[in-house]
Amino acid sequence: MSPRETNIEKRTIAVLVDNEPGVLARVIGLFSGRGYNIESLTVSEVDQLKNFSRITVVTSGTPQILEQIKAQLDRLVPVHRISDLTNEGPAVDRELALVKVAGTGEKRVESLRIADIFRASVVDSSHDHFVFEMTGKSDKLDVFIDLMQPLGLVDVSRTGVVAISRGPKGL
Amino acid sequence: MASEQMNGAEMVIKSLVDQGVEVIFGYPGGAVLPIYDALFQQNNIEHILVRQEGGAVHAAEGYARSTGKIGVVLVTSGPGATNAVTGLTDALMDSIPIVCLTGQVPTHLIGNDAFQEADTTGITRPCTKHNYLVKDIQDLPRIMHEAFYVAQTGRPGPVVIDLPKDILQGKSDCYIPPEDVKHRSYKPQVDAEPSKIEQAVKLIAAAKRPVFYTGGGVINAGDRGSELLTRFVRKLGVPCTNTLMGLGSYPASDPQFIGMLGMHGTYEANLAMYNCDLMINIGARFDDRVTGRLDEFSPNSTKIHVDIDPSSINKNVMVDLPIIGDAARVLEAMMTAWDEGDYQLDQKALKSWWAQIEEWRAKDCLAYTQKGKLIKPQYAIQRLYELTKDRDTYITTEVGQHQMWAAQYFKFEEPKRWMTSGGLGTMGYGLPAAMGVQRAHRDSLVIDVAGEASILMNIQELSCIAQYNLPVKVFIVNNQWMGMVRQWQELLHGARYSESYSASLPDFVKLAESFGMVGIRCEDAADLDDKIMEMIDTPRPVVFDCAVTQDENVFPMIPSGAAHYEMLLGPDDKAQRPISEEGMVLV
Ligand SMILES: Cc1ncc(C[n+]2csc(CCOP(=O)(O)OP(=O)(O)O)c2C)c(N)n1
Ligand SMILES: [Mg+2]
Repeated sequence: MSPRETNIEKRTIAVLVDNEPGVLARVIGLFSGRGYNIESLTVSEVDQLKNFSRITVVTSGTPQILEQIKAQLDRLVPVHRISDLTNEGPAVDRELALVKVAGTGEKRVESLRIADIFRASVVDSSHDHFVFEMTGKSDKLDVFIDLMQPLGLVDVSRTGVVAISRGPKGL
Repeated sequence: MASEQMNGAEMVIKSLVDQGVEVIFGYPGGAVLPIYDALFQQNNIEHILVRQEGGAVHAAEGYARSTGKIGVVLVTSGPGATNAVTGLTDALMDSIPIVCLTGQVPTHLIGNDAFQEADTTGITRPCTKHNYLVKDIQDLPRIMHEAFYVAQTGRPGPVVIDLPKDILQGKSDCYIPPEDVKHRSYKPQVDAEPSKIEQAVKLIAAAKRPVFYTGGGVINAGDRGSELLTRFVRKLGVPCTNTLMGLGSYPASDPQFIGMLGMHGTYEANLAMYNCDLMINIGARFDDRVTGRLDEFSPNSTKIHVDIDPSSINKNVMVDLPIIGDAARVLEAMMTAWDEGDYQLDQKALKSWWAQIEEWRAKDCLAYTQKGKLIKPQYAIQRLYELTKDRDTYITTEVGQHQMWAAQYFKFEEPKRWMTSGGLGTMGYGLPAAMGVQRAHRDSLVIDVAGEASILMNIQELSCIAQYNLPVKVFIVNNQWMGMVRQWQELLHGARYSESYSASLPDFVKLAESFGMVGIRCEDAADLDDKIMEMIDTPRPVVFDCAVTQDENVFPMIPSGAAHYEMLLGPDDKAQRPISEEGMVLV
């Protein structure tokens, strides 16, 4: 079979790693060195006692490449476990965005109205700007940001996706 | 319980001793002087002083590959570490267990562009299996022992430990022995799932045209790997081919051995791969040098792939039955399952499969004609083989045509006798590697089969060989060309020989003599045997400069981008089949 398949899929992969220096560089280096895509990547310590960090990567590729990515991640020495959240049953994924919109008058009112519909909250404001905080699925954030574009969008900061499997079992 | 007070450098040495290390290959410098001081004051570990750090890693690779032990390297910070990078990459590609200690500037200067500072862990991250920067002496013993564990567990590879000078000079009573260190996360699977073993033997029993395709993984599985492979293949009566890395994993003189496969493999091996109905890959990785054009690679076979590294599975070639595990353990489980299940191969089918293979073999694809005074390179290597085969011989090589001819004409009967840079193809590998091999096997005959261009890449190591009186034999197949480059230029680039001529070569005999070694030059086929014998009988290092014909090409050849059945068998073959554009871009 040819590796040049064209069916590109998107996956969210959770990686439990030792929280040691260089571990993020190792993961990122793996992706860049082997030409894999990173659509989003988040990392933070999740267990201080056991010294674990959790990395969530959203990546895309052919099924064969995606299997490679998982195998390559799994063989990194500081990696404890990996989980393909997209494939191994249902998962919840969320992203947080901070969105700054500047303007006055009707546009300002309109931005607040849309924020309300999207359940975004105002975390900073003045007479001529808002900073909205919004949590949700990434595509919902995309829509919100798109709607803010004509209303004076100034700045966006997004966390990237974090995800966890549904149900009682852990990673 | 606290151990006695030691400084970091002493702890490093103590860890090495406790790990059973008897020799290290290195080169000193400011950042590692504390370790050199500690070395000076002990007698357990011998230090071999190379002449360039790249040589140290290759020497350690040679030592590791010929013994099955871990090779240990010690280099200084900055340029010492960067010089080691090629060797580390080489060891990573060929899965060779190496522990490389690098000096580093003191922790408080890291990041300051201090003298001889380099971001060693950053630079070596992609060319090591794992690496460490020790920032606290409390971590030092654990990291030392972990490094040895990681280097040799699962798929072996190089591990770097970066050691800041203040850590080496600091004192602590925190030393712990290897037994007290357990790795938290790295536990590769070595035993296959029994159901997969069952499936494998069923597939074998049902096969009509099976072939074993085995690689370096069998050799890395220890002597038992090759023993079990040999027993199983003989029991089945089926053909076996080896990769470049796997030569020696199956005895080459056995009639069931059909030669090396791949770009310069035998006609019978490549056609067996193309036409088989079951491929049993053990410890090989479907490298592009082996598969040729992927969409034409063995199109009608069921494929079993045994590998200890899950990331090797389905990387280049999709297989039907992946089996994760150590080659020796999987082979053992397969044999047991085979015996217990009382399986039988279809003898009639096997017979006609062999008849077909014998037909291919009858092409005698490695034939050449040696006429007259001028020495053909194939003849030089074949004579070298014939005159050394009954001895306790180890072969290393440089990279190029001579390497391929050595792979083709030497017959390796057992593992760990053949050391060549397969994955990275590093010119300059063979001489330092031979040094490491000779250090491990002082009374054996160790020969570096070299090209005149490659040998100049690490020629400085002759000085090291002289210092330790390692009786290495350097056999230079001198065609006065970067032959392999010239071959590709002839076949792919309209015979425009751009920068591939070996100009201004030294007088290798005088060069040898200048290091206090013996130099021998041979230009006449009639003298070859006598001079090779003279080399063998010299109990000192020898540089043998063998003048060979200049325009010989390595055949058979599967041009890059071509399929196994599109093999060129000899010079007259090439004109008919131009190489595709797609093939041209491949390396
Ligand atoms: C470090 C390095 N640089 C470049 C190459 C590319 N290369 C492969 S073979 C070769 C020529 C080798 O010439 P020689 O050692 O004389 O061997 P021959 O092919 O003539 O037997 C070169 C330049 C390489 N493999 N390694
Ligand atoms: Mg040459």
